[in-house]
Amino acid sequence: MIPATVPLFLCLLLPIAGGGVLALTGQRDAGPEINVAFSAATLAAALWLTADVVLGAPVLGLGERFFIDPLNAFLVTLTAFVGCTTALFSRPYMRIERERGKMTAPRMRLFHSMYQLFIAMMLVALTTNNLGVLWVAMEAATLTTVLLVSVYRTAASLEAAWKYFILCGVGIAQALFGTLLLYLAADRVIGGGEGALLWTHLAAVKTQLEPNILALAFAFLMIGYGTKVGLVPLHNWLPDAHAEGPTPISAVLSGLLLNVALYAILRCKVLVDGALVNGLAGQVMIGFGVLSVVVAAFFLRRQRDVKRMFAYSSIEHMGLMTFAFGLGGPIANFAGLLHMTVHSLTKSAIFFAVGHATQRAGSQAMDDIRGLLHASPTLGWGLTLGSLAILGLPPFGVFASEFLILTSAMRQLPWVTPVLLLALAVAFAAVFARVQAMVFGDSNLPPQSHPPALLPVFAHLGLSLGFGLFLPPFLVQWYRQAAQLIGG
Amino acid sequence: MDALLGQSINLDAAVLLMVSFAMISQRRILSLVHLYTLQGATLVLATTTVAYLTHQDHLYVSAALTLGLKVVLIPQLLHRVIDRLDVRWDVEPLINIPTTMLIGIALVVFSFNLALPIAQLSSSIARATLGIALACVLLSFMMMIVRAKAIPQVIGFLAMENGLFFAATAATNGMPMIVELGIGLDVLVGALILGVFMFQIREQFDSLDIRHLEKLRESEDR
Repeated sequence: MIPATVPLFLCLLLPIAGGGVLALTGQRDAGPEINVAFSAATLAAALWLTADVVLGAPVLGLGERFFIDPLNAFLVTLTAFVGCTTALFSRPYMRIERERGKMTAPRMRLFHSMYQLFIAMMLVALTTNNLGVLWVAMEAATLTTVLLVSVYRTAASLEAAWKYFILCGVGIAQALFGTLLLYLAADRVIGGGEGALLWTHLAAVKTQLEPNILALAFAFLMIGYGTKVGLVPLHNWLPDAHAEGPTPISAVLSGLLLNVALYAILRCKVLVDGALVNGLAGQVMIGFGVLSVVVAAFFLRRQRDVKRMFAYSSIEHMGLMTFAFGLGGPIANFAGLLHMTVHSLTKSAIFFAVGHATQRAGSQAMDDIRGLLHASPTLGWGLTLGSLAILGLPPFGVFASEFLILTSAMRQLPWVTPVLLLALAVAFAAVFARVQAMVFGDSNLPPQSHPPALLPVFAHLGLSLGFGLFLPPFLVQWYRQAAQLIGG
Repeated sequence: MDALLGQSINLDAAVLLMVSFAMISQRRILSLVHLYTLQGATLVLATTTVAYLTHQDHLYVSAALTLGLKVVLIPQLLHRVIDRLDVRWDVEPLINIPTTMLIGIALVVFSFNLALPIAQLSSSIARATLGIALACVLLSFMMMIVRAKAIPQVIGFLAMENGLFFAATAATNGMPMIVELGIGLDVLVGALILGVFMFQIREQFDSLDIRHLEKLRESEDR
């Protein structure tokens, strides 16, 4: 019997090693393949780890420094999976960028190396048991992507990266203060030292933690990590960073980093809910969530840039998840987790399709992209189906999770339901009109030197469709366990 | 002797607050870097005193880390950036200085009120200074908002990190070692990345004025 810590360490060390190897070889012709190989190996390790956790018991590794239960196991799998498919997508995408002179050899090296480190830092953030290390890993994940957002060195990309760095830096500093307050509260109950920041220890004594300190701590944590999630009004960095960076980075930012930040909030919420019986944390999350959904939906209409538009759609969906977790209860939590999964899969699929389309058109402006279905039927269908899926049309998974969220909202907070429905309808009208204009009609797009990577697009959409049609019982069981861990 | 040392922590805290206000009112970039160095040095002094009084060895490591990073390495990095980019002067705040100072005073009052109930619950010897630490964080935050140039914004960012470190020492006698190491590493990497950034911005815009960075607006036709 191999101890469960083996896949855990493989899962964390493989991408770190990948970052090192690619820092030396990332500029070579085989760089993209090495990137894919490391990502695939990480995915294999993640699947092994997940199997151990889901079939067996939660895993504690390296003393008690790492902790994996069904909640983070599913995010680890999701992160490794999307990390792997994005690497597949970036293979032809970045090659074309290089041929067009937008990427040079050193930039390719930077891109590949930082990509692996970014995945590694997210996995550390997800698996660590120490709330301080969680903060450090979140900050490190930001730092690895800052230089990637500005990798094209255009004026707009530099501005986006600067905004990203400063806003997220300020935000995450608030989260550090929140972590500090948590430590202060724990210090009074279990004494100082590293144990006082371990989540498992804190969760064991959560009812004894000083409520006043925890309420203040949650305010800081919510603002801090909420900036990272992209919740309105802290979302300003998000559309810029998505629009100006390379498309593979937009895909992993939307599909993964936002989830990890939301995960951090959830872990803190469990502690705060234990200490405060009045459900303050949930109410704050509901507020932020509804505001994000509504504001993002109305901003969608005004966008001209396709990546910006889908970035706003990410804000909307993160808001919806935050709202669901804020409601709490078994069904809403279940729906939130499901929405997290299907949003990641669908949104990254959309970014893959959009990436290939913008590359062919040579522009990100939606007015410049015409007749995608005519130019490349598979790509056109990928974008069409992806957009319909993200807009919540049945039978895709987003429909299932949105339906669950709305029905639990109807039961617990009836007045919010019409507001959410209106916002979803506005979003539908805005995105659908835009996408329709892009895919139908005569094509103006020139052919491309490398065939697009369509496997990731359809793999994601297929999974999203599968989630909508039929959830296998073991998955339902797993999500229920995870939902229970966040107080369902 | 110990009582006197305990008092000296309060003195350090007062110096930190003064430095924060000085930063807000300072227009010369070179002086800002000096102030940042002074802030770092005060932080080292305060951390060492707390370490000595509470016999916590890991705080010595933390103090050494602060000394190496925030008193020596990062200021040197900033000096080099300033030399290479030749931007010693002319910082124009977006709000004039007397107004910022007044807002600063309001922030201090606010932080003291916020920190008071928490400080009473803390068992740390330096708990009385938690309000000051929070005030330093908020003042640096404000500095980042009102300054238009890249380097003062960065110094504001770094000063905020200093304030947070002081808050950690004041409220809880320091965070666990592994966390402090991680934070130190993040600050260093962040400072390096910012250094790289400055050159890129300079190359692109021929100036370090952040107001050039306002092209990305909603719903404009680009």
